[in-house]
Amino acid sequence: MASLNVRATLVSLLILVLLLGLWEALNQPPAATEALTEFELLMGGADDEARVPPPSAVLQHAWHELSNPFYDAGPNDKGIGIQLAYSLLRVLTGYFGAALIAIPLGFVIGMSPLMHKALNPFIQVLRPISPLAWMPLALFIIKDSEQSAIFVIFICSIWPMLINTAFGVANVREDWIRVAQTHELSHLQTAFQVILPAAAPTILTGMRISIGIAWLVIVAAEMLVGGTGIGYYVWNEWNNLDLNSVIFSILMIGVVGMVLDMALGRIEKLVQYEE
Amino acid sequence: MPNHFVSVEGLTKKYPSKNGELVVFEDANFTIEKGEFVCIIGHSGCGKSTILNVLAGLDSPTGGNIIMDGKEVIGPSLDRGVVFQNYSLLPWLSTLHNVSFGVKARWPQWSKQQVEAHSSKFLEMVGLAHSLHKKPSELSGGMRQRVSIARAFATSPKLLLLDEPFGALDALTRGVIQDELIKIWNETHQTVFMITHDVDEAILLADRILLMTNGPDARVAESVKISIERPRNRANIIEDPGYYKIRNHLVNFLIKRSGQLSGSDTGRGEPPKLVDPANSHLSAEQIRTQSEDSTSLAVKAAS
Ligand SMILES: Nc1ncnc2c1ncn2[C@@H]1O[C@H](COP(=O)(O)OP(=O)(O)OP(=O)(O)O)[C@@H](O)[C@H]1O
Ligand SMILES: [Mg+2]
Repeated sequence: MASLNVRATLVSLLILVLLLGLWEALNQPPAATEALTEFELLMGGADDEARVPPPSAVLQHAWHELSNPFYDAGPNDKGIGIQLAYSLLRVLTGYFGAALIAIPLGFVIGMSPLMHKALNPFIQVLRPISPLAWMPLALFIIKDSEQSAIFVIFICSIWPMLINTAFGVANVREDWIRVAQTHELSHLQTAFQVILPAAAPTILTGMRISIGIAWLVIVAAEMLVGGTGIGYYVWNEWNNLDLNSVIFSILMIGVVGMVLDMALGRIEKLVQYEE
Repeated sequence: MPNHFVSVEGLTKKYPSKNGELVVFEDANFTIEKGEFVCIIGHSGCGKSTILNVLAGLDSPTGGNIIMDGKEVIGPSLDRGVVFQNYSLLPWLSTLHNVSFGVKARWPQWSKQQVEAHSSKFLEMVGLAHSLHKKPSELSGGMRQRVSIARAFATSPKLLLLDEPFGALDALTRGVIQDELIKIWNETHQTVFMITHDVDEAILLADRILLMTNGPDARVAESVKISIERPRNRANIIEDPGYYKIRNHLVNFLIKRSGQLSGSDTGRGEPPKLVDPANSHLSAEQIRTQSEDSTSLAVKAAS
């Protein structure tokens, strides 16, 4: 009997082949009987119905794009690598900016019942606001589309980190705090030597949720502000009716999101402890 | 009075409750001498942990005060080490670092090597030389409690407070760690205040046992001297002529008098009655039969 991992991989591959096969089979352009108009060509064939390009075409396109991901031929023609790099840069800037504020503030809220009660109403009202709803206001105040996108990332990644940090800090076991007290640790020493390691797994879970949300939001934000980035790229290729590129970039968004999540998952494992 | 190492005067702890207030204990008075090993026994809920937490400075009393070494106890301090009932090790630190955590806090000016050498020495004393780099989750309950004991002794506090350190352990492990506690105490001769539920354990370890009446409104009613020579060990202590006299006296208190005295006003506000069952003229049999007349017994035994 092969190990569970091997069997799972086999099943995954089987599903992949089935899906691709189905997709390929259902999306063959009908054999052309007469010369196609340019519009018909664009829409995938002489059919009335628009067709999604088959996986073979997408893969071919992907190979082509990935063999030269960083080319730059003007504002509307940049390699997928460059577009992803723009998006990542925005996401990481907004995300770390949010962490810089959310984690210390979460400590304060978690340690002080007064601050918890005082700030809770603000958090409850601000948190459910869709990050994109901030966009017009951000554009008006900041007057820069690039920085507005970063602000939107900032605002959407702050909440999970803030709430998880506050929760983790507030729920550090009383016994561990008592250990710190009986050893005469100062407040700062207690925060760094006891509360931070104790709450780290919860904080990291918040950070992991945040990076996921930030990556979701950046695509939408870039569709709005335009210029550069993977979100803009998807929208631009849609306007060009280049469905190969659209599907390819959708897949790339998924892959990058997965890598980000895995990276945070690794760090989460590092700070995990067993009681 | 001023010559005692620790003196507890008029100590009172009340909690507000639905119908007025819950008096856990009122007007407790007792003393501890330097280098003395004192155990406190009482039924569950009588307020032993509360007294220990007040002694540790983790909890503040409603009334009264505690003087240790000429100074009033206010807030926690490295002068008073605590071994908690549930070990309270930091699970993300290795065995060694759980101990060196305390040592570093005690002597911040020490070098890393000094700290580690000192910490390993104490872990060796409790038989954990081979588990220095394991995490608490990889240790058994008994091993965790040893780490916790090593941590407390390693900081050489003036007063060690142990809250039922062996409560969660099986009888065999309990015995082994009791021996280790005796060993480490023989080497350091620290002053110890320990809570226990186990009469035999208390006789084995203590110089003196404080007995508490049942709560609420509990009192420290008696102070029983354990006149059994040291070094003691579990095998030969039962052969000591005084052993059963002491044991009967304690069991008798816990079964009968702790309930009878509870809430009564006899001896309220006074220091606990000194009893020395091993050297009293009453035989164990007499103690058993005369115990009906519970309050007078304590007086006789003391005389
Ligand atoms: N924070 C609190 N608020 C109200 N009552 C409390 C509080 N802490 C303890 N008590 C009460 O004080 C009493 C004594 O509690 P304590 O924990 O000191 O008992 P104990 O003698 O250590 O018992 P055990 O042997 O079971 O550990 C109990 O009746 C308990 O209900
Ligand atoms: Mg207790």
